[in-house]
Amino acid sequence: MTARTLYEKIWDSHIVRQEAGKPSLIYIDRHLIHEGTSPQAFAGLKAHGRKVRRPEMTFAVMDHSVSTKNRLLPVLDPDAASQFKALSENCRETGVRLLDMHSRNQGIVHIIGPELGITQPGLTVVCGDSHTSTHGAMGALAFGIGTSEIEHVLATQCLSQFKSKTMRIQVNGKRSNGVTAKDIILAIIGKIGIAGGNGHVVEYAGEAIRRLSMEGRMTVCNMSVEAGARAGMVAPDETTFQYLEGRPFVPRGKDFQEAVEHWKALVTDPGAKYDVMIELDAAQLAPQVTWGTNPEMVTDVTSRVPDPASFGTADARKAAEYALEYMGLKAGTPISDIFVDRVFIGSCTNARIEDLRLAAHVVEGKHVSRTLKQAIVVPGSRSVKAEAEAEGLDKIFRDAGFEWRDAGCSMCIGMNDDVLPSGERSASTSNRNFEGRQGKGSRTHLVSPMMAAAAAIEGHFVDIRQWDTAGGDHA
Amino acid sequence: MKPFTKHTGLVAPMDRVNVDTDQMVPKQFLKLLTREGYGRVLFYDWRYLPGEKPNPEFVLNAPRYRGASVLIARANFGCGSSREHAPWAIADYGFRAIVAPSYADIFYNNCFKNGILPVTLSDAEVQELFTRNAATPGYQLSVDLEANVVYDDQGFRSGFSVDPFRRQCLLKGLDDIGLTLEHEPDITAYESRGIPTPVMHSAVDFKVFDSSETTS
Repeated sequence: MTARTLYEKIWDSHIVRQEAGKPSLIYIDRHLIHEGTSPQAFAGLKAHGRKVRRPEMTFAVMDHSVSTKNRLLPVLDPDAASQFKALSENCRETGVRLLDMHSRNQGIVHIIGPELGITQPGLTVVCGDSHTSTHGAMGALAFGIGTSEIEHVLATQCLSQFKSKTMRIQVNGKRSNGVTAKDIILAIIGKIGIAGGNGHVVEYAGEAIRRLSMEGRMTVCNMSVEAGARAGMVAPDETTFQYLEGRPFVPRGKDFQEAVEHWKALVTDPGAKYDVMIELDAAQLAPQVTWGTNPEMVTDVTSRVPDPASFGTADARKAAEYALEYMGLKAGTPISDIFVDRVFIGSCTNARIEDLRLAAHVVEGKHVSRTLKQAIVVPGSRSVKAEAEAEGLDKIFRDAGFEWRDAGCSMCIGMNDDVLPSGERSASTSNRNFEGRQGKGSRTHLVSPMMAAAAAIEGHFVDIRQWDTAGGDHA
Repeated sequence: MKPFTKHTGLVAPMDRVNVDTDQMVPKQFLKLLTREGYGRVLFYDWRYLPGEKPNPEFVLNAPRYRGASVLIARANFGCGSSREHAPWAIADYGFRAIVAPSYADIFYNNCFKNGILPVTLSDAEVQELFTRNAATPGYQLSVDLEANVVYDDQGFRSGFSVDPFRRQCLLKGLDDIGLTLEHEPDITAYESRGIPTPVMHSAVDFKVFDSSETTS
């Protein structure tokens, strides 16, 4: 048999039907939905008189528009209220399990999938959300889809898909203290560009990826889509199996052992070919800070805001000029001279327990800068929140002047009332620094949780490697 | 879905690389429950000043582009969020076709589900269209999916390729869920084979989850 990549193995095992010249019909094992992109899919289903084929394979959660303040108060935003109502009714009518905003297990869809063991190695996972690539960290094939495809999955439990090309990104060596999974993926996007992965499924490999915890691998896979990739994945290993064991939807006992035996085969065969191969040395990486309006506009914290004239093409020069104007930055400004107004620690990229531990470690015994207007910590899920509180992290954050919130997407997208005001600048652990992403006219700098925490303390970006608290082999 | 066979219309230019779907439909409009009516909010933050006054500096507000139905754009058009609200807004605004050097994957796929034809031409060809459009008020392009060709009345003519299956669906306005449901026996057969492993496809067990919902 020909040597196959991990992606090809999962693809092959999910072909329901294939015909020359047509996309393949692929079986979908787990379907995640949220209030933002699903109502039109249910409406379409109803309009055609179609049923949900396998309601037990779809999991719904409220995350995008939920308040992160007191959730017992009525929802004041009438549009958000109607989204919640629609999701509740759609789930009730079709038998889809819903984690509503009051559920003990509620959280951002890409945090709760792995956390509850809904996502497992070798599965196909889709969600009407581009950051579905997160789940690839489990060794699953996971990708974001549009609303028409949500409807397609609800009706058929399948999707018509063309096979993607494959890319291996190998990250060699060992990170320095203070350099995290977030810095690895930002550096990758800086290197290959936001369209560098278009049409490809990326498999991350190499020592630096193997050494990452599951949380770190999720951060890396999460932002695969910011490099344009259809999906990102990491072959499962002992780290994966240990993470999964005992989670609510993971098989138990003998079934778990059987599953592990199967999962162990989910690796790329020696000699399998990728369409593109890229290598990076983790030891060379510095903490990353974005300076522009998309994630490839990123540089080392020790560096300066680049001069648009230094870019190679007319399009890139113009894009950099637009970006600097929007961001209110001058070429040549040291990154460490950029002051921020607010700090957001949260999102499906960086709101897992490990992210919060790292940030808490940085702020412990210190206080946020007087120049800061706000610093908030939004745990990715209510389980993460409970775990953090059991460890006393909430107290560390509160004592340092942070607000400690309930779980949701929050200021990553600003669909609730956690909005970055126009003209203000954030250090944010989220995934997109697009114009207006955190609020109309808002200016976002993407960083790791440690870097965001340090920026909150100092009021501006600092090289976290120079702090004692950057120590240890963290993710 | 509305079929697409051939369309001739006024061209509007979007002269920026990496236009993301957050720009096409900002977050505050992702709370609506319908697929219709997003044309009004297309490129909202660029298009309007406070109070929803049209921003005279935004290209689509220029009188010469009123009624445009073919959008010429730059590389990696539609990157970022998977929101299908973006193609819904493009279609509802009145665009039937887009011509660009490249697209982001999810957006490209979403266009075909909504009767929009995303044509891919080379950088040089797209640049030529930008140049001709700038020089010619009322500049029109014809996009012919039956012949796989884009042309104007000044001698520009370029073939393009689209995957044959997607092309057929668009030409005929086919409902792809309906097409898949024709293969119901294949889906059932796959499910009963229970591959790749029995534990993966057996009904998901909610017992442990349900107890985690009620106990602390």
